[in-house]
Amino acid sequence: MDNQNKILEMRGICKYFPGVKALQNVNFTLREGEIHALMGENGAGKSTLIKVLTGVYLKDEGSIMLEGKAVNIKSPQDAQKAGISTVYQEITLCPNLTVAENMYIGRKKGAGVNWRGMNQDAKRMLTSLGIPAEPTQQLGSCSIAVQQMVAIARAVDMECKVLILDEPTSSLDEQEVQKLFGLMRSLKEKGVGIIFVTHFLDQVYEVCDRITVLRDGQLVGEYLIEDLPRVQLVSKMLGKELDDLSDIKNSDENGEKTYSGESVFEAHNLTGTTGVEPFDFEIHKGEVNGFTGLLGSGRSECVRAIFGADKTQSGTVKMNGKTVKITKPLDAMKKGIGYLPEDRKRDGIVGDLSVRENIILALQVMKGFFKPFSRAKAEAFADEYIKLLEIKTASTNTPIKSLSGGNQQKVILARWLLTNPQYLILDEPTRGIDVGTKVEIQKLVLKLAAEGKSVTFISSEIDEMLRTCSRLIVMRDRKVVGELTGDELTQNNIMMTIAGGEK
Amino acid sequence: MTKKNKSIGATIVGLFRHQLFIPLAALLILVVFNLIADPSFFKVSLGQNNAGDPVLSGYLVTIFNNASELAILAIGMTLVTAASGGQDISVGATIAIAGSVMLRVLCGSAGSRPETMQAPIIVAFLIACVVTMLFGAFNGALVAYFKIQPMVATLIMFTAGRSIAAWINNNELPIISDAEFSYFGNYIPGIPVPTPVFIAVACMIVIALVLKFTNLGLYVQSVGINSESSRLNGLNPEFIKFMTYVIMGLCVAVAGLIKVSRISTINYSVIAKDIEMDAILAVALGGNALSGGKFNMAASIMGAYVIQFLTTTLYKFEVASDALPAYKAIVVIILVVMSAPVVRENMGRLWKKIAPKKAVKGVQ
Repeated sequence: MDNQNKILEMRGICKYFPGVKALQNVNFTLREGEIHALMGENGAGKSTLIKVLTGVYLKDEGSIMLEGKAVNIKSPQDAQKAGISTVYQEITLCPNLTVAENMYIGRKKGAGVNWRGMNQDAKRMLTSLGIPAEPTQQLGSCSIAVQQMVAIARAVDMECKVLILDEPTSSLDEQEVQKLFGLMRSLKEKGVGIIFVTHFLDQVYEVCDRITVLRDGQLVGEYLIEDLPRVQLVSKMLGKELDDLSDIKNSDENGEKTYSGESVFEAHNLTGTTGVEPFDFEIHKGEVNGFTGLLGSGRSECVRAIFGADKTQSGTVKMNGKTVKITKPLDAMKKGIGYLPEDRKRDGIVGDLSVRENIILALQVMKGFFKPFSRAKAEAFADEYIKLLEIKTASTNTPIKSLSGGNQQKVILARWLLTNPQYLILDEPTRGIDVGTKVEIQKLVLKLAAEGKSVTFISSEIDEMLRTCSRLIVMRDRKVVGELTGDELTQNNIMMTIAGGEK
Repeated sequence: MTKKNKSIGATIVGLFRHQLFIPLAALLILVVFNLIADPSFFKVSLGQNNAGDPVLSGYLVTIFNNASELAILAIGMTLVTAASGGQDISVGATIAIAGSVMLRVLCGSAGSRPETMQAPIIVAFLIACVVTMLFGAFNGALVAYFKIQPMVATLIMFTAGRSIAAWINNNELPIISDAEFSYFGNYIPGIPVPTPVFIAVACMIVIALVLKFTNLGLYVQSVGINSESSRLNGLNPEFIKFMTYVIMGLCVAVAGLIKVSRISTINYSVIAKDIEMDAILAVALGGNALSGGKFNMAASIMGAYVIQFLTTTLYKFEVASDALPAYKAIVVIILVVMSAPVVRENMGRLWKKIAPKKAVKGVQ
């Protein structure tokens, strides 16, 4: 296998950011017709390495060889011309253009555009990949999953030798993932080298041939997939032996308490403007429950209605037994509800503001316009939570957007923990986050519950929900279709309820 | 040794990247240029004006005096830009309205050339404040609630403002002969420093205090950067955008007072002409992104003074007033290109490359 043609060789790549060594002397080799997983924790340097390869960042040191020739990639255009296509973790297309325009933007030479031809080509591509979108549809009107698939279609459609998939599956459901894998395998047969970045171990072992592991900006090693069992991979990524996962599973055993405690939040016939069927909901003190269902089943819309993120249309809400009115997020915040939104980039972070400002934002808004925290106080808050959640940042002054995805998520989490809510809603807090941080967040959720707080936890990964939640509300087609507690909480049961089978 | 060199290098790189770097560097270049060309530029002398009162004169005084309106407008423009990611191009026209309203109130029913003022100046000023804040509210409502692009929304007042100003006074040109009214744009007898300088400084102190003791800065930046996540953190992005336009209205009234007071009358089509462009330029010169988000108030104000410094320098070298904008444009292009983040980044990198060589030489 080693005799295979090397299409891409990166040698001694270094990249520095102010105060952070993002990459130190990293080597990476990609051979023709292989799917190569790039693994590592948050901040390990995966995204940075890819951005160096695609010309988004300029490397500070090192060399890149493409098919044996040294190349100097200075911009994404250079990378594209060299045959390197990328699908990023966060969607980087233009939501206000049509699907077809997004697929072909910036790829044609000359001024004229053959709209008809473009739309037809796009249609053919979309059909062949089974993507449910019209070429003339505005991209922004598609679901995140479809947007992601359009991004993949765009990359695939370009004559590429190296295809980079940076967390492409984090917002896709199982079927869509399978479709993507099928596509990846057929590309592989054509000799395309695929770099696959993901946090899903199952997926790595399903499609990949080789694994390169990074940790803290340094290369740990390159392995053939059959030489590296899962446990070893995880321990290599974390740099320590991992019993944390099993720890959490064990603590699950005592999760069968019945919550006769007072109810913290109660809703009847609640619905928002986004069109979920009116639903009833209740959460008790110290309880962790969750909404589950397929993508687009309305689980996010439910929690948005609870928080007042979308205008509520009907329903009554009780907090600690008293009827309250929640019409906007500030109402909910003042009642002690915190909400970590699903789309971190769009709804969560305030990109250019510093980590410190992002952490204090919610509490500051609750405190009021005329009562700003002193700088020292804000610093103290930020330092406390950076330490508590082990947020990797150069300083409290670093703009949040320069942090890695997982660390950004921790900052948002810190923001809500700082407000000391009695009821915390976490919508996909572990999306696009590495195993280690996932476990940390799960543990944190259980710890919060043990302290008497209530948490609603949403995740696309069912086993994660099973580990943390003691009650699951199952949704299908924007309707609550079932509720599972105690012994009923098994993967099979959930699947069956989602699919609409008899319980 | 190397560590020390590194830290110096890093400091200099940091300096290049600092937002105040460009306006300060521009100022420095202008100062040096004038020093070489004609040091008398910096001469400030104490003379007497026609009324026999002591006044300071000299180009520096002129700069500080004439930049006052611009500096005040830059405050409002910075907030508007940061929150709404667009600019208010109607400020020149609304200054005409502010001035016209003040003169109308002062003239009262005594015709357009009253012997004495028919109302206290403070009343006229406060009424003008209310009026311009209402116009600001109009702009703000269009931008924040109707989601119209700021430049388009304010284009309405930009077009209509001067006509409205003329209409308020039935197209007459009122003249206030009372000397007291001219104090705000000229000198208070006995004080040799022009009054607009004090007014501008007062405005700066007010905004500095507001930024320090309220969350205006945090809210405006947060909304400008990501209004959706701001909303989910309990802010009301629409209202905050709306308020920045109202604050802009207040700045306009203050600038309007200075403007009409300078000449004790008004020329609807000429007063504060093109000042909106200079105000926007001041914001840009301060290194603030015109697309909104983070802002640095001090840099914007500094930008306003740099623009005035430049204008006065050009006047001094007897550039014909028709040709002035062309010269200004050249300098502006250089400054704006230099303040572009890309260029600043590269300057920093360039320094990094040069610095180690120097360090080696130093050791040898």
